[in-house]
Amino acid sequence: MVATSQNPSKIRIENLGVSYGPDPALRSLSMDIPRNEVFGIIGPAQSGKTTLLKTLNRTIDLVPEASVKGSVYIDDEAVVDAPEPVPAKSLTRHGLRDVCGYRRRIGMVAPLPVGLPMTIYDNVAFAPRQAGVKERGQLDEIVERCLTQAALWDEVKDRLTTLGTKLSGGQQQRLTIARALSHEPEVLCLDEFSIAIDPVTTMRIEDVLRELQSEMTIILVTNLVQQARRLARQTAFILNGELVELDDTEAIFSGEANDPRTNEFVSGIFG
Amino acid sequence: MRKSLTTRQIVAEWIIENLIRLCGISAILFVFGIFFFVFREGAPLLFGEGGFDLIKFLTSPEWYPSSNSNPRYGILALILGTASVSCLAVLISVPFGLGAAIFISEFCGPKLKEGLKIVIELLAAIPSVVWGFIGLTLMKGIIESVFGVPFGLTVLNGAIILALMCLPIIVSISEDALRAVPDSYREAAQGLGATRWQLIYRVLLPAAKNGLLAAVLLGVGRAVGETMAVLMATGHAVNIPIDGTPPYFHALDSVRTLTATIAAELGETAQGSPHYRVLFLIGIFLFCITFTINLVADLVVRGIRKE
Ligand SMILES: Nc1ncnc2c1ncn2[C@@H]1O[C@H](COP(=O)(O)OP(=O)(O)OP(=O)(O)O)[C@@H](O)[C@H]1O
Ligand SMILES: [Mg+2]
Repeated sequence: MVATSQNPSKIRIENLGVSYGPDPALRSLSMDIPRNEVFGIIGPAQSGKTTLLKTLNRTIDLVPEASVKGSVYIDDEAVVDAPEPVPAKSLTRHGLRDVCGYRRRIGMVAPLPVGLPMTIYDNVAFAPRQAGVKERGQLDEIVERCLTQAALWDEVKDRLTTLGTKLSGGQQQRLTIARALSHEPEVLCLDEFSIAIDPVTTMRIEDVLRELQSEMTIILVTNLVQQARRLARQTAFILNGELVELDDTEAIFSGEANDPRTNEFVSGIFG
Repeated sequence: MRKSLTTRQIVAEWIIENLIRLCGISAILFVFGIFFFVFREGAPLLFGEGGFDLIKFLTSPEWYPSSNSNPRYGILALILGTASVSCLAVLISVPFGLGAAIFISEFCGPKLKEGLKIVIELLAAIPSVVWGFIGLTLMKGIIESVFGVPFGLTVLNGAIILALMCLPIIVSISEDALRAVPDSYREAAQGLGATRWQLIYRVLLPAAKNGLLAAVLLGVGRAVGETMAVLMATGHAVNIPIDGTPPYFHALDSVRTLTATIAAELGETAQGSPHYRVLFLIGIFLFCITFTINLVADLVVRGIRKE
């Protein structure tokens, strides 16, 4: 896991611990996430995958009862830097200060789709507008590009002014993906994005992800083991807030991983 | 297999069902009864009793109901009195109320939140006579010394008191509306890099607009219908606070409102006299106003729902 010179890691996580109240959700987790490829994260329910993503985009700050310890670097810039545990809401003093600006560098797709209560167009134009894009033509272009990438454009191009919340669950999920792409993030985090999407559309989005990885680093949290296998070059297996194993995806799924728990988990899902 | 009901259960069902029906019907009957009574007392005027002129009633500023030689019943000054006090009160209480609701639901910690909610509830529990008393003494003194006017019972005084009375309604309903916005919206918007203000302005307020509008309209309803406090705080002088000289609207004038007029004068009139009937007509008029406000509120809220 030493960063090589031709592909230095995008994100470096060192001894990251996160707890909600007394129970830790992540315990001293360390790993490097390589640049410009899809990085898979697998693990059973409650293992801390969502918590990890929330810490990466610093929405953990919004959870009042959370506390954070350890460090996260993006391109050697400290996003979280807390040698001792600190309340998540005071992270601005222990890491990056401009959280709002920072969150725009990270695209986040939550497992349950959330169409914001505004039109489809405004949903996608939300983040660019916040970043100061005002010109209509430019916004139009962003909206079309992102909706196309999220495999939603054809379905909604004639009704961009209807409410985003009126779309079906799967459509809203793709709207969230379009929204996450709208500010051209450096890192795209997908948290079990295909729960509400049919297999055919999932395949289309996976194709898009394959194309996008040349432009951005993609973190794919998934319960569909085959999906990680199809897309990710490296995969991390997390259990109870600890990193059990991180290796090339094929090694993880080969059934001959270093840690027996990995083999159990992977085969359990296969079986 | 479904067991059939015993006779006792059937009888109990029947009794309960009819009791509930009776309650519902009697509530409707009461409303109609009240309306019928008020209408019966005031309506003869509308059918021309005593040469009554409706247009003049609504547009004349001359309110001299107890003049012996020539009683005149024009309620324009009273309408404008009610309108000015209510509008100013709403102008004051809506920004403060929405601001307080946003602060309580989005910015303050759980302890402060509980404390503030208790304070707001206390505010709601103060009887209207006590508010009037505060206007009559405390607020009167403050207005006299701040604005250097000789008499502090004014539109402004009544509006401030009324605004304080509307605040608890506006704050608590708006706060409910904001709290009802799912947290996932907050997370999604902030995950997209929205600042606190962008979140509030672009996501929370639009998402909660339904409830916020209801809060404001209920506040307005309260402002129009309130009697005791405005009676005591506005000076009770028949006067139009609007004229052609700058600043056109004189918030430091005394006025008299529709509700205060009924409350102050009804006891002194002989039943069935023209003055008595005119006061009931004012009641009908007020009823129409509040009915319209409620209807508009309902339609607006429904319109938003359909969207
Ligand atoms: N807001 C919160 N408050 C308290 N505990 C929380 C909160 N969010 C998560 N947890 C706890 O932290 C642990 C890790 O949760 P997390 O959501 O990160 O798991 P996950 O791996 O994403 O699970 P899943 O596969 O079910 O999505 C769980 O035990 C969970 O109960
Ligand atoms: Mg999760």
